[in-house]
Amino acid sequence: MPHVRKPKLAVWKFASCDGCQLSLLDCEDELLEVAGEIEIANFPEASRAVVKGPYDLSLVEGSITTPHDAERIHQVRRVSKFLVTIGACATAGGIQALRNFMDVRKFMSIVYATPAYIETLSKSTPISEHVPVDFELRGCPINKSQLLEVISAFLNRRKPNTPPHSVCVECKLRGTVCVMVAHGTPCLGPVTHAGCGAICPAYNRGCYGCFGPMESPNTKSLSHGWLRLGAKETDLVLAFRGFNAYADSFRKESESHEK
Amino acid sequence: MKSRTIKVDYLARVEGEGSLYVKIQGDKLADVKLKIFEPPRLFEAFLRGRRYNEAPDITARICGICPIAYQMSAVHAMEDAFGVKVEGPLRNLRRLVYCGEWIESHALHVYMLHAPDFLGFPDAIQLAREQPHIVQRGLQLKKAGNEIVSVLGGREIHPINVCVGGFYRVPTRSELAPLAERLKWARDAALETVKWVAQFPFPDFEQDYIFVSLQHPDEYPFNEGRLVSNRGLNISVHDYDDNFVEEHVAHSNALHSVLKSGEPYFLGPMARYNLNFDRLSPVAQEAARAAGLGPQCRNPFKSIIVRSIEILHACDEALRLIERYERPDSPSVPVHPHAARGYACTEAPRGTLYHRYRIDEGGIIRDAKIVPPTSQNQKRIEQDLWQYIPSHLHENHDQLRWQCEQAIRNYDPCISCATHFLKLDIERA
Repeated sequence: MPHVRKPKLAVWKFASCDGCQLSLLDCEDELLEVAGEIEIANFPEASRAVVKGPYDLSLVEGSITTPHDAERIHQVRRVSKFLVTIGACATAGGIQALRNFMDVRKFMSIVYATPAYIETLSKSTPISEHVPVDFELRGCPINKSQLLEVISAFLNRRKPNTPPHSVCVECKLRGTVCVMVAHGTPCLGPVTHAGCGAICPAYNRGCYGCFGPMESPNTKSLSHGWLRLGAKETDLVLAFRGFNAYADSFRKESESHEK
Repeated sequence: MKSRTIKVDYLARVEGEGSLYVKIQGDKLADVKLKIFEPPRLFEAFLRGRRYNEAPDITARICGICPIAYQMSAVHAMEDAFGVKVEGPLRNLRRLVYCGEWIESHALHVYMLHAPDFLGFPDAIQLAREQPHIVQRGLQLKKAGNEIVSVLGGREIHPINVCVGGFYRVPTRSELAPLAERLKWARDAALETVKWVAQFPFPDFEQDYIFVSLQHPDEYPFNEGRLVSNRGLNISVHDYDDNFVEEHVAHSNALHSVLKSGEPYFLGPMARYNLNFDRLSPVAQEAARAAGLGPQCRNPFKSIIVRSIEILHACDEALRLIERYERPDSPSVPVHPHAARGYACTEAPRGTLYHRYRIDEGGIIRDAKIVPPTSQNQKRIEQDLWQYIPSHLHENHDQLRWQCEQAIRNYDPCISCATHFLKLDIERA
């Protein structure tokens, strides 16, 4: 039998919390099986051994926040056949994109005594603003089952099955009573991308949008719904300005409530 | 004079991005720099203007490995500010979810990140080719911890159920029952883990450390207690800022924390163990003695044994908490925000995590300070390398480089946390 080369996987980190790449190590039941099918060629969080590129699939975590990283992402693209961003940082700039709404120099002086030692860009931006991206997996953090689906899909040359509908559909599938209708709890579920399994409403709280905007969200209509429940304009600014603050539709909605 | 450098450009099997630079001139060690180049994310700045009750969910995003620790320090600091006491079953549920995070994080470090160093493998996947049952045991142990976090928190990473005052929803007794079944297996697996790691070869390396951790009158510390050291420090967490200072050094995006005296100190499992041995569960104390450890351990390479003992303790404690659990009538206690300052330290898997907030009359955060364990251990890690390398200069380059990496991994550094990281350079001149 001819020797079949295993596809090579690389995992890259930019500004992030490490949680999305940890999702791969959190696949406790599947990890060794995955490692049997693919060669984990470059994954510093898990191994000190590095196999040279090019790589069949690169998973990119984190956002671009430094001049050095803005260069490095181009190198990553060059050595990657498919490049998939994992998580809200890589896909929308992450929570650190809150700097995009403020003066970053002022920010730096709050945290560091000698800001001159630190190199940083004025904005935290998603990977797709710098290089072409083959697929974006949402979530803060990503869902590990969806991660396995994406890896399997790319290695088998098919489209990943990650539904683009809202969290509302997941609540219905889970049998959770609508927290907004039944309890008057403000919820971002109607405009938020599915994938988490609608966890928050199942724990008696409103969705806080950690998977970012769904396909064509009607944020305006939801904001009216929130105001009817007694929310204030500042509540809407804070709600849309969270872990996916710099995603286009969430950014515009938060800005429309800022006076 | 001949000089050489040892460089590790991107430290592996740690969380986040860092490097090591070591310069050797002739037979003298000239420089050691643990560089953290993980990009800064500026949490303390953008917390300003957010609501007090957003702090647990926002600060969780500092670290995907220990989000519970951030959530716990955040809620305790807010409760300290507003004079809220969370007691009884709600307090126990917080201890339970913390046990879950310790088990998950420690099992990850012991099996996937640290053990391969002792056995000469680049990673746990390679180790699994020769000893699959061992790696499987580690993964299932990790899973047992993650399941606690999932049941109580909704998901393993960035759980959603912790709030100021308690939880959004509390579990029923029957929801916790399946956890107990797996934890009984996990407790046995943890005991096997202690025996397994105790047989590893350890370099002869002991230092006179200043250990710092929380201390509770009768519990092994998780959520509360006084900050104590083996040099007589015994303070309320309110006095943290008067006793510790943060220094900004040019080679790191993480602030270095030192004692007011300028001395570095050691946080985490080793510190907790040395300061609280008598508060470990009897089964954990017994396992420690059987592994040849007394109540004191000053060899940082043996932190892998101590971490395993803490897994055992956490499994045992989790079982005890589940057994005694009665579902409270309300998932949280009422919170009335007002202008105040709040302080808290809790014991993250890697050590004491300090949060301080100033809140205005509308419940808005006006100032935040967060000091993660890795930035406090950073200087101590450099000191260990200053002490370790001179007696190992005869070793070949690759061997010495690997040993330096191992000495860093003794601390399970979390660089994502510390910048609010690691790359290794050893230069031989």
